[in-house]
Amino acid sequence: MVNRVITGAHYGMRDWLAQRITAAIMAVYTVIVAVTVLANAPLKYAGWQSLFAQGWMRVATLLFALSLAWHAWVGARDILMDYIKHDGLRLTLQVFTLLLLGVYAGWTIQILWR
Amino acid sequence: MSSAAAKKPRPKYLSLSALLFEIRLPLPGWVSILHRISGALLVFPFVAWLLYLLDTSLASEAGFERIRTHYLQMPIVKLALLVFIWAYCHHFCAGIRFLLLDLNKGIELRQARISSAIVIVASLALTVLFGARLW
Repeated sequence: MVNRVITGAHYGMRDWLAQRITAAIMAVYTVIVAVTVLANAPLKYAGWQSLFAQGWMRVATLLFALSLAWHAWVGARDILMDYIKHDGLRLTLQVFTLLLLGVYAGWTIQILWR
Repeated sequence: MSSAAAKKPRPKYLSLSALLFEIRLPLPGWVSILHRISGALLVFPFVAWLLYLLDTSLASEAGFERIRTHYLQMPIVKLALLVFIWAYCHHFCAGIRFLLLDLNKGIELRQARISSAIVIVASLALTVLFGARLW
């Protein structure tokens, strides 16, 4: 018996859920960083630098960056699926999106652990 | 053919002018399409721009000061920053509304319209608030 079901519901469930969980992670990070920055305004270089020198901030920012990559991939893929009808062009743009998000994640790691 | 519906000319496709002038989006529709537009803008170009700013401002004190005293003082940069702030605030507020809708909160038409208005007004208000701090 073949258990592989090639059609049916729930195929988008993982992406749908991931987009929402990553959204919640980014929302929490946004509030924490906004409050931290506004509470320490006006910001000087020493304060800015030491904020991102802390371990928890680096890990939280990395978590944000990875959440953003996954979240944006689901969103960008949805937009491309809805509006770009030509298969070749859509695939090209999807690959381009993945490369862009990969560059973002790599750049973030480079900035955080310089 | 006596029905009124049969006599009415039907649009055959969605032309640009139909999208712009004839089809009126309800408020929740505006929140939805603005969520998409702001999301697309955030992915590109705003994340790239923010990473550049983070990179330069953390790399050295000279870079930090250059951004603070020169770069962020340019009117075009301030305008771009304002668009970014709006896009982020709208995407944030609309996103929270969608999360609540997913949890079946506020799915009645009246509540959905009210929450749409709140999202649009709140994101504009936050943009003004953060924009004012910037200037």
